[in-house]
Amino acid sequence: MKLNQEIQKLVDGILKKDMRSIAKAVSFVENSDYKTKKPFLQAIFPYTGKAKVIGITGLPGAGKSTITDKLIKAFRDDGKSVGVLAVDPSSPFTKGAILGDRIRMQNHTLDKDVYLRSMASRGALGGLAQTTKDALKVLDASGYDIVIIETVGVGQNEIDIVKIADCVVLTYAPGFGDEIQAMKAGVMEIADIYVVNKADRDFSQKLFKEISDIVNLSSKEPKPKVLKTIATNPYEQSNIGYLKEEIVKYIDYVETSSNLKKKRISFIESELIDTLTKIIIDKTLQNQNVKAFFDKKTIDKIYNKELNFYSIIDKIMEAI
Amino acid sequence: MAIRILIAKPGLDGHDRGAKFVARALQERGYEVIYTGIRQTPKQIAIAAVQEDVDFVGLSLLSGAHNELFPKVVEELHNAGVSDIVVFGGGVIPQSDIEFLKSKGIKAIFGPGTSIKTIVDFIENETKSRNSKIG
Repeated sequence: MKLNQEIQKLVDGILKKDMRSIAKAVSFVENSDYKTKKPFLQAIFPYTGKAKVIGITGLPGAGKSTITDKLIKAFRDDGKSVGVLAVDPSSPFTKGAILGDRIRMQNHTLDKDVYLRSMASRGALGGLAQTTKDALKVLDASGYDIVIIETVGVGQNEIDIVKIADCVVLTYAPGFGDEIQAMKAGVMEIADIYVVNKADRDFSQKLFKEISDIVNLSSKEPKPKVLKTIATNPYEQSNIGYLKEEIVKYIDYVETSSNLKKKRISFIESELIDTLTKIIIDKTLQNQNVKAFFDKKTIDKIYNKELNFYSIIDKIMEAI
Repeated sequence: MAIRILIAKPGLDGHDRGAKFVARALQERGYEVIYTGIRQTPKQIAIAAVQEDVDFVGLSLLSGAHNELFPKVVEELHNAGVSDIVVFGGGVIPQSDIEFLKSKGIKAIFGPGTSIKTIVDFIENETKSRNSKIG
């Protein structure tokens, strides 16, 4: 029963917004398998769903962390508490990671109503860690009004953020390719708001125009806004303030048009499928009847074409 | 379970080549390293360590203020209710200061010329002895 007591302590701690409990809870969901963390997630489930979740995604070096830093300030000026999950990549070779997003956000470290957490992606390829969803639930249950999730620097296809964020902000900076890139499917389609950061640089106006042209053809409702920002410029706080306004407006809009409910229902659907898939795979692979097919002899026979790969799959399915 | 390490530079010293080198080398050894950049107060470092739930805090300082700032970080961690985070330090630190720093709760000091292997061995040993205590 020791585990239950510890879990109860964590739950009590995060409901009191105790920072160390929140940090321990994030580690707990990050490091535990489904079975271990299920009672905890079950206990906090009733307290989740209140936070507004903002996703910041975009190319490496486009300014995601700096924009996040300025957004924190803008929301704090409104009296909102803010939790941040900043994801950086893990090495596929050593599993190590350098988590450097905090560097841009240090102004907020001593603010008791801001919680910053760096997460390593730990092998996940969709721009988030597999456990980011669960970490979000911890911050949500802790009562943060706003949770900002900063993805790994993305390329063209890392779009997990659309499965958890109420509003996705896609950040660009000039100098990364022509308008054909902007026309492609994938990341370019996921944004609710587009930001051309580093707008003081050459070609930023061109990029702004190209993205605006693409967005004009979009069938998304409401039509995504395209903004220009210079996140590092201390005199340009108004720009990020404007971005914050647009985020708030967007969330208000989807909330009143009941699109937010639709969005969140689709999040639940995809999480149901993801969670079940994982449980079923684990269960299947641990099944003794299935394990029997994984011996070297069988694999060798498949290699030598003595056994047909697809017949083995049929047999495994029968064995379950 | 991944070991998380915060590499931090307290005080006004901006020389972060060593801190960045150690951060990068520890990543190569498979650790999750959070680097918080230059010019942090001891309190900022302690709070970042709490929020990130790290196992280790590595402090780097080349300005000569280590006798003031390193113990202050340990103190701020205690103020935050933390006693299980191992603090170590590095930089240009005279041999004669090491004993004092250790008495203030800095577990190890790695001076110029220390090999990464020495630091990794320290981290592995500390982790082992901690796990055996918990287990």
